[in-house]
Amino acid sequence: MNRYKESPSQTAGPYVHIGCTPNFLGIDGIFPEDLGTTIITGNPEGERITIKGSVFDGTGNPLKDALIEIWQADPSGKFAGRGGVEGFTGWGRSPGDMDTGEFTFETLKPGRVPFTDGRLQAPHVTFWIVARGINLGLHTRMYFADEETANAEDPILTRIEHQSRIPTLMAVKEGDHYRFDIRLQGEGETIFFDI
Amino acid sequence: MTKTNGYAARDRSWHPPALTPLYKTSVTRSPRFAPIGAATSLSEETGPVFGHDILGAKDNDLITNFAAPGEMAIGPRIVVQGHVRDEFGRPVPHTLVEVWQANAGGRYRHKKEGYLAPLDPNFGGCGRCITDENGFYEFLTVKPGPYPWPNGPDDWRPAHIHVSVFGHSFAQRLITQMYFEGDPMIWQCPIVGTIPTREAIETLVAKLDRPGSIPMNSLCYQFDITLRGRRQTMFENRMEGM
Repeated sequence: MNRYKESPSQTAGPYVHIGCTPNFLGIDGIFPEDLGTTIITGNPEGERITIKGSVFDGTGNPLKDALIEIWQADPSGKFAGRGGVEGFTGWGRSPGDMDTGEFTFETLKPGRVPFTDGRLQAPHVTFWIVARGINLGLHTRMYFADEETANAEDPILTRIEHQSRIPTLMAVKEGDHYRFDIRLQGEGETIFFDI
Repeated sequence: MTKTNGYAARDRSWHPPALTPLYKTSVTRSPRFAPIGAATSLSEETGPVFGHDILGAKDNDLITNFAAPGEMAIGPRIVVQGHVRDEFGRPVPHTLVEVWQANAGGRYRHKKEGYLAPLDPNFGGCGRCITDENGFYEFLTVKPGPYPWPNGPDDWRPAHIHVSVFGHSFAQRLITQMYFEGDPMIWQCPIVGTIPTREAIETLVAKLDRPGSIPMNSLCYQFDITLRGRRQTMFENRMEGM
C-alpha cells in the first residue's frame, strides 16, 4: 500500500470567514446558512448550557479573527453518527463577535465517553482553534470545573505532569453560562494537545 | 471494550511549527509550551458528518454562485479537482471540502480588507463540495490574483486558494492552502516558508492538468489532499466504523 505524507497545514488567515461563515460576513445568497451555527436542532433531553469565551494572544489582546469549532458527545456520552440522540449535532462553529471576539455556543452538557482502555473520561468538549498567525489548528479540551469527581479520574487530566496547568482547561460557571477563555501564550497559557 | 489503534501521529517536523517569526503574526499567537501528546480516543476519532442535502446546485461553482443572473465572475476560468485520501492511500469519501479565495485581482470580499484592487460584483469567493465514493472532488472558479499584505514592507501572497477539509474525524481536521504550479511568488512567501521543507511545500502546489481541461472553456489544476490515516492492524479488535 502506498504511503503518503499528510498535507501540511497552513494558517486559515484573516479571511477564514469568507469560506466558513460567509453569511456572518454579509456574503449572502451562496449558502442558506452558516454551518455549525445551530448545535441543538431538535428537542433532545439533557441540560442546556451556554459556553462563552475569548481567545487571547501573548499580549493579552482578544483575537477578533479566530474561528472556533467544538465537537462533543451528547448527554449520554454518544456522538452524532455513532448512536447519538436525535436533534443534536455535537458540532458547532463560531466566528466570534466581530467587535469583541467573544464566541458563544448553545449546546448540551456532554456525558462521559470511554477512553481507549475503557475507563470513563470526564465530561469534556473538544475545541479546535484556527486564525491568522496560527499555522496548525490548535486542539484543546474544555472540562467542567464543577465535575470534580469525574475530573479527578479522567485519563487525560491525570497523566498531565504539570498539574498546576490543569485549571486552564476548566470552564467555570458564571451566571447563566460557562466561561472558557483560551490563552495562546504566556501567563495562564492553555494546555494544547498533540492528539 | 473500545480499544482502537487510533490515528497515526502527526509528523510535526513536516507541518509548520507554531512559532515562525518571519510570519509576524505567529509571534504572539504561538504557544510557548509544547503540546501534550495523547492517544486519540473516541472524542477525536469521531467527527461531524455532512450529507449531500446541505449542498446547493452552485455550491462548487464560484464563477456563478454569487453572480447576478446571466453574469459571471471575471478572470481565468479554472477547474480544480483531485482526491482526498489518507496517509495509507485510502480514499476519504463523502467528506466536506470548503474553499475560499480572492478574486482575479487579489481582492477578498471581507469587511476588514482594504486592498485597492476592486471587488468583482459577480464574485463572492467561497464554495464547497462533498467528495464522492472515491474521494474525488471538483470545483469551478477563477484563478485568484496575488495579494499584498502587511507583514514585511513588500510581501505578496502567491495566488492561492484556502482549503478546509473535515475527513471522518476531528483528528483529521485540516486547513491548508493550495498554490499554483510555476508561480515564482511561492518561494518568497513567509507563510509558505513556515513549512520546513521544500518537499512538503511541493505537495501544496497544484499541477496544471492539461488532459483535465475543458476545451474552449476552462483550464484544469489537479490538487490531491492527504489526511491523517487511521491505523488498522491485525490486532484491531473491532471492525472499521463500529
